[in-house]
Amino acid sequence: MLLSIKDLTVAFRMGLEDGVMRRAQAVGRVTESGTVGVSFDVPENTTVALVGESGSGKSVTAMSILNLLPDNAERAGAISFMGRDMLAASLADLQGMRGRDIACVFQDPMTSLNPVFTVGHQITEPLVKHLGLAPRPALARAEELLVEVGLPEPKRRLNAYPHELSGGQQQRVMIAMALACEPKLLIADEPTTALDVTIQRQILELLGRLKEKHRMSMLFISHDLGVVGEIADHVVVMRQGTVREQGPVAQIFSNPRDSYTQALLACRPTLDKRGARLMVIDDHIAGRAAAAAGKPKDPQAPVILEATGLTKSFWLKTGVFGRKPFQAVRGASFKLRRGHTLGVVGESGSGKTTMGLTLLRLHEPSGGPAGGQVMFDGRDLLQLGRRELLPVRRRIQVVFQNPYASLNPRFTVGQALIEPMAIHGVGASAAEREARARALLGKVGLDEDAMGKYPHEFSGGQRQRIAIARCLTLNPEVLVLDEAVSALDVSVQAQVLNLLKDLQDELGLSYIFISHDLAVVRFMADEVLVMKDGVVVEQAGVEEILDRPKQEYTRRLMSAIPRGYRAAA
Amino acid sequence: MSVALDKPGDPAAPARVARSEGVWHAAWRRLRADRVGMVSLVVVLLFVVLIVLSATGIVARQWQREVGVPSAPPSIMGPAAKTEAAAIEGPKGPNVDISDVDPLAPRYKEWEERAARYKTAEAPKAQTLPFGGDRLGRDVLAKALKGTQTSVFVGLLAAVVATLIGTLLGALAGFFGGKVGDFLEWLYSVFTSIPEILLLLCFAAVFGRGIGSVAFILALVGWTGLYRQVRAEFLKHSVRDYVRSAEAIGASTASRMFRHILPNVSHVILVRMSLLVVGFIKFEVILSYLGLGVGVDDVSWGTMLAEAQSELILGHWWQLVAATAFMAVFVTAFSLFTDALRDALDPKLRGLE
Repeated sequence: MLLSIKDLTVAFRMGLEDGVMRRAQAVGRVTESGTVGVSFDVPENTTVALVGESGSGKSVTAMSILNLLPDNAERAGAISFMGRDMLAASLADLQGMRGRDIACVFQDPMTSLNPVFTVGHQITEPLVKHLGLAPRPALARAEELLVEVGLPEPKRRLNAYPHELSGGQQQRVMIAMALACEPKLLIADEPTTALDVTIQRQILELLGRLKEKHRMSMLFISHDLGVVGEIADHVVVMRQGTVREQGPVAQIFSNPRDSYTQALLACRPTLDKRGARLMVIDDHIAGRAAAAAGKPKDPQAPVILEATGLTKSFWLKTGVFGRKPFQAVRGASFKLRRGHTLGVVGESGSGKTTMGLTLLRLHEPSGGPAGGQVMFDGRDLLQLGRRELLPVRRRIQVVFQNPYASLNPRFTVGQALIEPMAIHGVGASAAEREARARALLGKVGLDEDAMGKYPHEFSGGQRQRIAIARCLTLNPEVLVLDEAVSALDVSVQAQVLNLLKDLQDELGLSYIFISHDLAVVRFMADEVLVMKDGVVVEQAGVEEILDRPKQEYTRRLMSAIPRGYRAAA
Repeated sequence: MSVALDKPGDPAAPARVARSEGVWHAAWRRLRADRVGMVSLVVVLLFVVLIVLSATGIVARQWQREVGVPSAPPSIMGPAAKTEAAAIEGPKGPNVDISDVDPLAPRYKEWEERAARYKTAEAPKAQTLPFGGDRLGRDVLAKALKGTQTSVFVGLLAAVVATLIGTLLGALAGFFGGKVGDFLEWLYSVFTSIPEILLLLCFAAVFGRGIGSVAFILALVGWTGLYRQVRAEFLKHSVRDYVRSAEAIGASTASRMFRHILPNVSHVILVRMSLLVVGFIKFEVILSYLGLGVGVDDVSWGTMLAEAQSELILGHWWQLVAATAFMAVFVTAFSLFTDALRDALDPKLRGLE
């Protein structure tokens, strides 16, 4: 057995409170009958996947192997790697093993690479340090590694700085660094989460290939069962710091025993079928079926928002005084009908978010010119003055991707909900506004207690609900959802998607649903725009586009979606 | 709109929801757990009490009275040894009588009577004073207390004014950028390109002496560092999603700047301001030492140190010690408190104690 973890518990000291040390248990649970820790093994030449929602302790478990945790962490239990006790190992021993026997690849390649050193420098560092290579052979080896991870023009890349590479290329460099010393175990912590679906596919294939070639083991951490099913041999499902179920991948996917695992598998939207509602973890655990279909949509509903030839450019500085426009959106045209959802998909950098923000006029006018026409209620949004824009703002609202960033941390939820009403004079008195805020909180499925709490006390899904409730305070007609569920766990995503559908049925809202996830778009949208490099390359009804894509680009996007586990055919 | 939503509920009885612990409460809880921080807070509060007492005239009102003999030593040293006065020999014998030629001679008598009626009551001067006396015999303790009031007041006032200037300009530059930002950056560069002490002296020469003008001068010179930091924070926050979403609900520019962003950067401003207080107290001392600080009928730690220079040659060390001790205790306590405050306001540091 290469790595064996037994009854591991990790707690974080959170500071003294009334003379008693407060601890937050991250891995393992303390119950009356004793402490339940995390135990699993990683055999040689296998990929073990740790799956769970955020906060389930999967990353902390992996990082405690090499003690890459912050100083306030306390570990207990047993971790043995090739027979060595990793908990008792000294820092010097661990530093000798880090990168050499066990290497790590992290989620965000942009922040994991040091921006002031060249790629070559960073890859040769472990070679020189651990293997004692001279600089010249180390550089030659670095080039080999870059070839191995499939980076084009490796010789030139050695002298490039991280910012000169794309996200996928950076992750390849990270993998090359991890492979440099031929480690026996590779810990990959959400290595593809920050990447586009198409890049994710390439990286997954690369990791699988490298594992085979170097006969190493991999501990693969992910929240996405679709990804895990493709790459893992053995799956460990974690929730709230404990292992819910573990077993070979085939068993987990085809015959899951734990209700939580079953629910996780059920709640992810798929490309194959389009249900009215998604399964939610609690529903599934309680044995309820997904609720019945909503009412059908009226294809002849009035057009509420119509864009023709929408363009948006940003100024790029050239030279000292010069500037030239960079066209982020080029000539997008669409119609949005009342109560309908327009899905916008594309890779990052395709201009989909820019298009959404341009509709809302949330870009600095000095940033660059916008062109075309956006007709809303008989008026061109792009031509409105600041004063005329205010009443329109009320009717078009936006939900942002990151629920952790989109709520003001110094406002209580009550303040955040009441502020927009006060600005627009919704509700006659403060008491009425407060009552309305309470009603809306109930509507998005939160307690009244939430009114006095601060955003940091809520989970990501709850925060996104608060953000949605905030938009609803103004009775909007159009909601722009800018990757509104992309930052959420699969299970929470299902709840928020269901909520959005319910609200649409009930309030007749129109959505512009921006996402890189085609499966989610299929669930939500009636019509889909596919964007690439600022241009709408394909535009059609959702069934048509997903069943009969005309463009090569659309097909590529669809084939890149993680398929989950498929029994070898 | 749904029925459930439009029903205004029961506005008569909006059950008050208990508010959760806010950022400031949490900071206070962390600060309370910091022993050094709390001790320094107590010291600072003691100084504040002293300043209030001295400002209201309960202590050290009579600091200008010459209560002791010139350069009276501290009580523990005992009275100064009597120096033999090298007496100039006076003329012996009676004055020459010139009454026969003096036309004012008839009024001699009247004057003598009048002179006899005026009795100069020479107050008995103390030979020693608790902390000693200065060269005029003024009580050094009272001077130090009064000087504390002046110096700390100048430091605080200047810091508040500098913070206001820096925050306002920083917010404008960071939020708007563009032409406004360019202009403010240019202003900032002009101010920082001149050596600080030179700028201080220039302003001091123009505005003259006095507590108010010293505070004003220090504020004019000292806002730049805070401006830079606030600008950076505003640059960072103005593109955050929560500010965008405030814009999307139609919040005005001023509301976004000061209702949304400002509370989120206020801890930075607070810490920076308390650092400024310490710096300005020291600068006031330098200005007063150079004779460009507070007026001649005021006393501050700086003027005391300036006086002490000439006294030291004579071996009269007590004024220097008194001023230095007060300043050292206050500045140290305030700096430690600032440190504790920064730790308390930065939750990322929690759990590492």
